[in-house]
Amino acid sequence: MSKFKKDGTRELPPVSTASLPDIVFMLLFFFMVTTVMREVDLKVKQTSPAATEIQKLENKSLVHYIYIGEPMDTEKFGTEPRIQLADDFGVVGDVGAYIIQKRTEVVEGLIPKLTTSLKVDRDVKMGVISDVKQELRIVSALKLNYATVEGGLDK
Amino acid sequence: MPRKREAQNEINAGSMADIAFLLLVFFLVTTTMDSSWGIQRKIPPLPEPNQERVDIKQRNVFVVLANANDQLLVEGELLVIDQIREKAKEFIVNPARKENLPEWEDVSVSIAKERITYFTGKGNIEKVAVWQKRLNAAELVGDFTITKQVISLQNDRGTSYKLYIQVQNELAAAYRELRDDLCMQEFRMTFSELEQLAKNNREDPSLKKKLKAIKTVYPQKISEAEPKNLGG
Repeated sequence: MSKFKKDGTRELPPVSTASLPDIVFMLLFFFMVTTVMREVDLKVKQTSPAATEIQKLENKSLVHYIYIGEPMDTEKFGTEPRIQLADDFGVVGDVGAYIIQKRTEVVEGLIPKLTTSLKVDRDVKMGVISDVKQELRIVSALKLNYATVEGGLDK
Repeated sequence: MPRKREAQNEINAGSMADIAFLLLVFFLVTTTMDSSWGIQRKIPPLPEPNQERVDIKQRNVFVVLANANDQLLVEGELLVIDQIREKAKEFIVNPARKENLPEWEDVSVSIAKERITYFTGKGNIEKVAVWQKRLNAAELVGDFTITKQVISLQNDRGTSYKLYIQVQNELAAAYRELRDDLCMQEFRMTFSELEQLAKNNREDPSLKKKLKAIKTVYPQKISEAEPKNLGG
């Protein structure tokens, strides 16, 4: 009878926190695996448009990014969309030189596999993008990728 | 007595959580969930200085114009974005064999063989290569009809990027749906599943052949003209 009888005055043992590190480590590894180091400091606004017919970019070391969008610091740089190459703003004429400079960083045999990814804000007009594309044609960087997020058409 | 000693030597793991939290916060701050997805395209090389202009018959070109007000003119009709896909699919296949839709050509194993001998006799290597591809495809998927379709996308400098991507997406979707249908019918899987399978089994040449066959039946031809001022 009294086998199961508990001493009423006994306090609850403190909750063990020994498993806390394990949980946190689990989270840590999740973030370490799923995320990539940000390569550049974005100076332009980026809201990628949505699309459904998308493919994953394979070899990330063979991808160069060109960012186009309205500058974050509109007081300093205005609201006109700007091109960002690596960490700096550039003009259309700089795109070719940028690509050629990036080419020197890879083995020659891999040059045809280089892809240029255009990360463009959805509100940018096509004019500047066409200029960039024309510039890419001149240096024959013909593999393009329009960065998008997955999702239905947004109206 | 020795028992008690052992217990004292245990390392205190209480601060482990703090260290891990520190690392966790560092990774949270310095990283982004970078999406490296996108629509892949190949842009045409610059024309050679003395390259001949290739004229394509009007019925073979599906013209999509996007103006500065984000309106779409498809084959002379004002359409909204949702209508493009069906319209493009009809154009690519030309199922009713209409006179105003692209020219078509029937392909079967016997026709392809006959054409290959004909063009080999004429010494036209390009055509022989084309028909060799079609022969390979016909051997895998049976008889099919091929059309001389080309889709031309023209935009104004004032067209928004969002609309441009939507149109690109719809056109790509039209091709993908057609390829999916054929792939489902012949190989019981979607085109992207077949692509994935081929990528995972590189040493299996039959999968690559299947992919090529599907691509031969529905080649993706989206041409992007130089931007014009279409106004609005």
